[in-house]
Amino acid sequence: MLKEILKILEDDARISPKQLATMTSSTESEVKKIIKQAEEAQVILKYKTLINWHKVGDEHVWALIEVKITPQRDVGFDSIAERIYRFPQARTVYLVSGTYDLAVIAMCNSMHEIADFVTQKLAPIEGVRGTMTHFLLKKYKEDGEILEDGGKTERQPVIL
Amino acid sequence: MTTEKLAKLDSRASIISDRVKRVSPSGIRKFFDLLSSMEGVISLGVGEPDYATPWHICEAAIYSIEKGSTMYTSNLGMPELRQELSKYLKESYNLNYNPDSELLITVGVSEALDLAMRAIINPYDEVIVTDPCYVSYDACTILAGGIPIRVPTSEEDGFEVDATDIEARITQKTKAILLGYPANPTGAVMPRERLKRIAELALHYNLFIISDEIYARLVYGIDHTCLATLTPTKDSILLLGGFSKSYAMTGWRIGYAAANAEIIAAMTKIHQYSIMSAPTMSQIAAIEALKANDDNVREMVADYNRRRLIMVNGLRDIGLSCFEPKGAFYTFPSIKSTGMTSDEFAEKLLVEKKVAVVPGNAFGRYGEGYIRCCYATSLQEIEEALERIRCFVEKHT
Repeated sequence: MLKEILKILEDDARISPKQLATMTSSTESEVKKIIKQAEEAQVILKYKTLINWHKVGDEHVWALIEVKITPQRDVGFDSIAERIYRFPQARTVYLVSGTYDLAVIAMCNSMHEIADFVTQKLAPIEGVRGTMTHFLLKKYKEDGEILEDGGKTERQPVIL
Repeated sequence: MTTEKLAKLDSRASIISDRVKRVSPSGIRKFFDLLSSMEGVISLGVGEPDYATPWHICEAAIYSIEKGSTMYTSNLGMPELRQELSKYLKESYNLNYNPDSELLITVGVSEALDLAMRAIINPYDEVIVTDPCYVSYDACTILAGGIPIRVPTSEEDGFEVDATDIEARITQKTKAILLGYPANPTGAVMPRERLKRIAELALHYNLFIISDEIYARLVYGIDHTCLATLTPTKDSILLLGGFSKSYAMTGWRIGYAAANAEIIAAMTKIHQYSIMSAPTMSQIAAIEALKANDDNVREMVADYNRRRLIMVNGLRDIGLSCFEPKGAFYTFPSIKSTGMTSDEFAEKLLVEKKVAVVPGNAFGRYGEGYIRCCYATSLQEIEEALERIRCFVEKHT
């Protein structure tokens, strides 16, 4: 029941408790209770809207920054990761396997700001051995949604 | 040309054959014309999924075209597809169909149905169908020279059909029983026990069964019973199925027929002269659909189910009596409480509120007093359409 509700909300956070109750053959109060518990347990963190900012002339600059770090005794990568993810510029931070350790997706107002973020904030952190910055040129798909879709396909209005 | 010959040609009653003339034109033509001239219409009148075909299926077909797989295939269909299909029927229903002689790949179930009728019907043979039922059942029977005999079904009985009602209509001329469950337009699903009694009835009277199970995968909270699992042998049943509804592949036009070798050979005879082979790229897409895991189908079914519950609940909230459909993607609410006929209701709803539904009488006399609403459309549209229907019903009752 919880997972079913989460699955529905993950796709569309605007679905009301009443609709959820109908969809899961449950009651509205039961659904509200489950959602409240999930929020309290931080299973549900936030309700957001996926926006294609490009369409309204947004000029933000995005970069994928590969970060190589030297893990520290006892805390491994976590404490350096925390120092990085506390910066609001870092929108997404992952620990990854492969040739580097942290994948940081950063958003700033300009290329200069990204450069400042990398050279003045990220690189000097103790334990950071190197960075490689890739500027994002175009977003095709985000969070499972294709941003510039070729338009919806037309269905015949009535088919028997 | 001689004048005598010309005179003879002129004296012909009509160019159109009597057989075609016997098929009544679609009663909702006017409705279609009206609809096509309007904008901002929410349509609950569709009969297909609102999903695009899963990408892995499209991709397989595109790749095959790039590789040059653009020739005819065997009349029966590609051997690999028939093998996959045979495996699928074995795994799903424990049915054994020999891929070399007992399966035929067709241009949708529509073609398979037409072939079946032409393969088995002699002039004036009777075919028992339900009322209401999918529009092609009547037409295909008549075009093959047969006579459809309708068995009424009712909302009170969940639009299921009972063996005793079928038995009451069996005559010397009865050749076959044609059933389509899960049903279009009602969404009804037949319980196993009732299907079993029909299978026994057919055996007793030596009748052939044609079972159109295109919606087999779209059932909610219950298991689909394949009618072919209830007949003692496969000699007395033709199983029709397809990819359109379960894999959102309506435009690919690909389906299949499964029966004993004699029936398949007869159907193939017609198929090879009228169609040759089903589209090659569609067959390759179907192979990919069958080979992949079922996650896509399961997710689609779960999603349809949520929308089904929203629509049934919404219609009942409006005050319309609506039986709970357990299959396909249709609801079939009664609009008798409004005092309007199905045609009036559908036309006025379209004009006044810009919501398109299909009047139930398009599917037979016993569909009168009902409308077919499809929930294979976005939740936002369903909610908006329900709101518009609510205003409409309140105004007219």
